[in-house]
Amino acid sequence: MSATPSAATPATPVAAARPGAVALWWRNLCYVFGENPLSAIAAGLFVFFIVLAALGPWLVPYDPLASHVGDPLSPPSAAHWFGTDALGRDILSRVIIATRLDLGIAVAAVALSFVVGGLMGSFAGYFGGWFDRISTRVSDTIMAFPLFVLAMGIVAAMGNTVANIVLATAIINLPFYLRVARAEVRVRRDAGFVEAARLAGNGELRVLFHHLIPNILPPMMVQISLNMGWAILNAAGLSFIGLGVRPPEAEWGIMVAEGAQYIVSGEWWIALFPGLVLMLAVFCFNLLGDSLRDLIDPRRRT
Amino acid sequence: MNMPSNTLLEVDRLAVEFRTRGGTVRALENVSLALAEGETVGLVGESGSGKSVLSFAAMGIQDAAARITAGAIRFAGQDLLAKKGAAMKALRGREMAMIFQNPRVALNPIRQVGRQIEDVLARHTDLLPAARRARAIECLAEVRIPDPERRYAAYPFELSGGMCQRVMIAIALACKPRLLIADEPTTGLDVTTQAAIMRLVRELSAERRMATLLITHDLGMAREYCDRIAVMHAGHIVEVGPTEALFAAPRHPYTERLIAATPVGAASLAELAAIDGNLPDLRRNDLPACRFAERCPRRGAECERPLALAPADGASATHLIACHRPLTAAATEARHAAFA
Amino acid sequence: MIQAILKRLLGAVPAIIGVVIVTFVLTRALPGDPAAYFAGPAGSTEAIEEIRVKLGLDRSLPEQFVSYVGDLVRGDWGNSLTTGQPVLAEIADRLPASLELTLVGLLLAVVVAIPLGVLAATRPGSWIDHLCRGITTAGVSLPTFFTGLLLAYVFYFLLGWAPSPLGRLDPYTTAPDFVTGFYLIDSLIAGELDTFVSAAKQLILPAITLALFVLAPLARMTRASMLGVLSADFIRTARASGLRPTTVLFTYAFRNALLPVLTTLGMVFSFLLGSNVLVEKVFAWPGIGSFAIEALVASDYAPVQGFVLAMALLYVLLNLLIDVAYGLVDPRARLEA
Repeated sequence: MSATPSAATPATPVAAARPGAVALWWRNLCYVFGENPLSAIAAGLFVFFIVLAALGPWLVPYDPLASHVGDPLSPPSAAHWFGTDALGRDILSRVIIATRLDLGIAVAAVALSFVVGGLMGSFAGYFGGWFDRISTRVSDTIMAFPLFVLAMGIVAAMGNTVANIVLATAIINLPFYLRVARAEVRVRRDAGFVEAARLAGNGELRVLFHHLIPNILPPMMVQISLNMGWAILNAAGLSFIGLGVRPPEAEWGIMVAEGAQYIVSGEWWIALFPGLVLMLAVFCFNLLGDSLRDLIDPRRRT
Repeated sequence: MNMPSNTLLEVDRLAVEFRTRGGTVRALENVSLALAEGETVGLVGESGSGKSVLSFAAMGIQDAAARITAGAIRFAGQDLLAKKGAAMKALRGREMAMIFQNPRVALNPIRQVGRQIEDVLARHTDLLPAARRARAIECLAEVRIPDPERRYAAYPFELSGGMCQRVMIAIALACKPRLLIADEPTTGLDVTTQAAIMRLVRELSAERRMATLLITHDLGMAREYCDRIAVMHAGHIVEVGPTEALFAAPRHPYTERLIAATPVGAASLAELAAIDGNLPDLRRNDLPACRFAERCPRRGAECERPLALAPADGASATHLIACHRPLTAAATEARHAAFA
Repeated sequence: MIQAILKRLLGAVPAIIGVVIVTFVLTRALPGDPAAYFAGPAGSTEAIEEIRVKLGLDRSLPEQFVSYVGDLVRGDWGNSLTTGQPVLAEIADRLPASLELTLVGLLLAVVVAIPLGVLAATRPGSWIDHLCRGITTAGVSLPTFFTGLLLAYVFYFLLGWAPSPLGRLDPYTTAPDFVTGFYLIDSLIAGELDTFVSAAKQLILPAITLALFVLAPLARMTRASMLGVLSADFIRTARASGLRPTTVLFTYAFRNALLPVLTTLGMVFSFLLGSNVLVEKVFAWPGIGSFAIEALVASDYAPVQGFVLAMALLYVLLNLLIDVAYGLVDPRARLEA
């Protein structure tokens, strides 16, 4: 949503970081947290999810794949906090273990589009010319599709695997990174510090990689955090309609899909808990994205 | 202060503050100024001296963060500050109007200019739509816009900056107001257009015996078009007087420096003197009585005493200054005689 | 004006070409050998070769592309293996259901989001501003399929206010005669009020689900754009002219603030059409989204490709409409066109 690339905002060159920069950054951080306590909650949630993803296998009370660890379709109880599903699997364990897969897919997809889109955009913005035209055309073509539908088509065509979910999510995210990188590089291409680097005898590639790209990282980071939530939603949506992750593997989208048929007969816990955790994860990343934007680009505080 | 009997606008010891995160900005303090019918008064000063704050307060369109903490504003004998929102809005655009700088962005970009004039007419007159349209075209003709019927349907982006300013004047004058506040009306226009716009304002003011408050940082322009000039510095009016007297013998050190810093007053670029220092931070709690003191070459111990506008020694009763150590008339006249 | 619209139409051509190329690439990227796939598991080598020739897979890629485009233009979008029907006919048949849902969802979102954004912008720091902020952050975090289920659970299972979340009409009502394909409109045309009520009841939960998701970007953009416009110089001019607050707000501020919102609408449609698929699955809505999902599950690829192409063309068309609307609001855009 807020994934719309920002108008390029020239910031202070990183290379010229003043000694007070850290202090300033810290002040800004305090401001952001003080102004918006939700940011602090989001940061807490973020740590929570990282712990779940990292230590999931050691935290689960039951084997997430084992059937009949409890009675099938039993509501939340002391033994099974989130209840059990139709096969008697422990939902809490499945929700915890799914964190790694869900976040993994999103992180991998976002990293892929960040690297590929960022590089393509930087080259396009720096050198212009035919490469610029082609990459702009590619990104426009991707954007000509409803993005989730394009992801469906890609996974359907390439094959129903988790790797292809990552690829499809990366492809539909690509234009955002490409555009931000291109715009940010373009506004700085002829800036004084870049000109100075060029005059100092640096080659074009060296100027690009050592002087320009470090400077576009802050807006790219904002884009990443704004995109993460959306990437998680997309991946979960794809699994919800039966793409990518296959049962019996635990994944939030697929667990909601499994619980969907029971919700109309009143067994709400099967879909509710994975859905809630998914929502919480996306919420956490969206909040972090907003806070990060406020931190990096204070002028756009809204 | 002795007021002329036909006073139209009277600002009386006005104080305006802005509450901001960084502290309270004392944007105006003890500001008094009067305009008589048909008179053109210039309000000059550096950027940030409070010229616009004063005019916005007079129009009742000040920022939401602004608070009028003391003083009064009277228009034709009515207390403007006591007026409720609706009564004030009925006055704006009909009795008192305002034009702004950067005319191209001061007009609604997606509405035909004629319609923008009509909006004002619809608000303040009982004209029927057909008559409104005719009157709008007439307004365009009055500000010397050629081919007004066709220009009625133009959008601001289709007009030059000068044309846009004419349209804005047409909007302001559509209801024949008695007071026009022109806030740097020529900023953002090229030099030849500036002169044309100012001549237009002068002609229309004279024709309608309209009081005009011209806000500008261009002393040359103020000198050319104004009967009287008020000099603002950091939220105070430091000197006010008839144009010629003020230019011939400025009595406040700030006015003197301001004139010396203007190409009109100085004979050569070498004589152009910059004014030392900056405006003081108006958020400070320890603002001195004279806010110019810290930049003033003539400051002395008495400069910390309370200060008010008062007639200058040896000047006419209409030439007021707020200074404990003013320049003497003889001294400045001698200096300025050289450039006259 | 007509000319401007024609020019916009021409401007959509590269997008359409791009879309067709991508769908072509996707068709050729079918898992494994498409010929082997169509021949079925029992297909002999000769049979596969025969199908390969029949499908034109033995020819060069440009040739294949030309015949692909030719087929598309002639309306031959392939056949669905599961239903045996031509894909285009199936899509045309189910499109009204999807469109009705999407448009009602969008309408609901717009009706709530725009006043919310405007109110938040005119009263910064007030409770409504905080509400707007909360909704915009929470709204984009909602997985549509999950909110849909939640709504169904609360309003169908717990409260019993909504009918069972299955399809466009309850089982006892027959569909109205086909005019537009939109049941809400067709039932009114046929004068069948019961059908209208039944259709509306079925529609309301899925439409709210969609609306909840796109509410956020719309409200956020309205608020930001309105805040920007309200501090513009021309608003100050309007206020200095004594115009009524309502005139300033609507004639001056709102129409200008609408422009960025219209631009956002393109992104919003992208989200809408995507979420539509998920919502259709949750509510067993017989639109093209659930058609595509059924085909996906059955590994029936022609309908999926047809669905992607149809959605993309629809999206290009919607963007075109947005462009035209933009031109209507903004005279400057008319000139550039």
